[in-house]
Amino acid sequence: MSLLARWYDFRDLGNAVGGLIDALRDAGAPEGLIYAITGLLGAVGILTFVGVAALINVWLERRLMGRIQVRRGPNRVGPFGLLQPVADAIKLIQKEALIPRRADGVVFTLAPIVIFIPAILAFAVLPWGERMVLADLNVGVLYLLALGSTTTIIIFMAGYASDNKYALLGSMRVIAMLISYEIPVVLALLAVVAFAGSMSLSDIVAFQQTHNSWLFFFQPLALLIFLLGSTVELNRTPADIAEAESEIVAGYHIEYSGIKAGLFLAVELVNAVAVSAILAALFLGGWWTFGLEEFVPGWLLFIAKIYGCYFLLILIRYTLPRFRVDQLMAFAWKFLLPLSIANILLVALEVFIWREYEISAGIVLPIYAVVNFTLAGLLIAGWGRVMGRQYERVPKHPRMVNEIDVPLPARAST
Amino acid sequence: MCRCPRARLRREEASLEGTGVVIAFWSLAALTVGAALMVILVRNLLHAVLFLILSFVGVAGLYITLSADFVAVVQVLIYAGAIAVLMIFAVMLTPRASRDNAEGLLQVPALVLAGFVVAGVTFVVLETDWRLASRGSFDSTATAIGEALLSPFVLPFEIASVLLVAAMVGAIVLVREE
Repeated sequence: MSLLARWYDFRDLGNAVGGLIDALRDAGAPEGLIYAITGLLGAVGILTFVGVAALINVWLERRLMGRIQVRRGPNRVGPFGLLQPVADAIKLIQKEALIPRRADGVVFTLAPIVIFIPAILAFAVLPWGERMVLADLNVGVLYLLALGSTTTIIIFMAGYASDNKYALLGSMRVIAMLISYEIPVVLALLAVVAFAGSMSLSDIVAFQQTHNSWLFFFQPLALLIFLLGSTVELNRTPADIAEAESEIVAGYHIEYSGIKAGLFLAVELVNAVAVSAILAALFLGGWWTFGLEEFVPGWLLFIAKIYGCYFLLILIRYTLPRFRVDQLMAFAWKFLLPLSIANILLVALEVFIWREYEISAGIVLPIYAVVNFTLAGLLIAGWGRVMGRQYERVPKHPRMVNEIDVPLPARAST
Repeated sequence: MCRCPRARLRREEASLEGTGVVIAFWSLAALTVGAALMVILVRNLLHAVLFLILSFVGVAGLYITLSADFVAVVQVLIYAGAIAVLMIFAVMLTPRASRDNAEGLLQVPALVLAGFVVAGVTFVVLETDWRLASRGSFDSTATAIGEALLSPFVLPFEIASVLLVAAMVGAIVLVREE
């Protein structure tokens, strides 16, 4: 038993830092210094994880893509091709990072660097373990959404500064898509927040712990909407119209080369990990796993869940064909938005009944799980039928600028 | 992956005092004002929009030093996320020739208007009796704001939602194909 107790003490890295804080406090260090040291430790931990995860994800994604496409994937550099991402990174650093002559140099250089800020900041609020949160904001979910919305502008910076029509088209597509898909995603997460009664991620995990169940069982529709919406926001294949190779070459990063292009590719992987982590924390209990966290470190379970969700994202990416732009827009506004609003109404009603009649959670939660799963299936099937019956709007023949008779800027100046 | 015991650090976080906050305030203030200055000094209109976004982010940081975390996050979400995109669309829809932060005919009226605004703000700053609040900061501002919106301020809240619905219907009517 003492062995188990020692393991219990060891498995949570929070205890190690707690010991360090106590030692510092006993040595008479000022509070500000202790705060700074713990913050730095957390930041270094997160940056290490993000860096290693980005490298591993390159390999994982390419290997799994190979499997799905019935080929082997990279397997020459190192054992199982594990050193392939390192070789790729060295190649990208060696290559010349061109700046087009007519590009907006400063913005062009800044965009791939700045795009990492929201991607890495998202990891700060994630609950890695019972006491392992770098910044336990009580507006955590809203903070993640705010970070996601700033990515739009940085991608626009890249597209605009390249001075290339494909780049500009790609970044405009990103903006249109992110604005459309932000609404169903926000509404889906609002349902989760309303159900759990808190916006702090560690409180949401604590809610799942006290009710001995994952939120996935109560919010299947929210999980689905968030998964689909975030796939679009990540620019992954069923929705990668921002960089659709067959339409606009490479989209917003067409002019980027060398390590700058590498940074854009890396940030997509980091964002994918962040989305998987949010999925794991909100819907799959974070570090809490039905008592398994007594024996296995919580952060290890959390990382395992992250990679489970990430596998799902890879599976979606390499098995579905690309949407057309108007189909993708219609999907957000006509399908996901009504479903998310219906989900919110349902959750509001359920929470109201729960609080008003003070029913114990043990009775009410299983009923809600059954009701929500049934209604989610019925809503998706029913709404899909209703929307499926409608005829596809046939796009009109595009009119030439001359036909609309708008003076072109070049013509106006002469 | 920080392993900070939350309960212990909560206390220091709750009372944002000391040198750290002073440094944070002055650097954020410099960022906000500097970016706002660059908005009017830069010739490229898109650079001006980008500096404006930086200024919005600085203001969000200032909200955090006032421990108004909900307002800070909403500031980033709405101003840096939504309003800035609207501005970018507006700039991109103007012809390239007029996409310049140049001197215009409205220079003198703008100067007069700005002078009035500066005078008004200075007057308010000098005349207000700035007192320190007797109570500490809220533990969680989001809960307080939510409760305030749904109990004492429910009527303005509902009126705002009706206004938004009217705006949405108007936008749909404007862009609808006949």
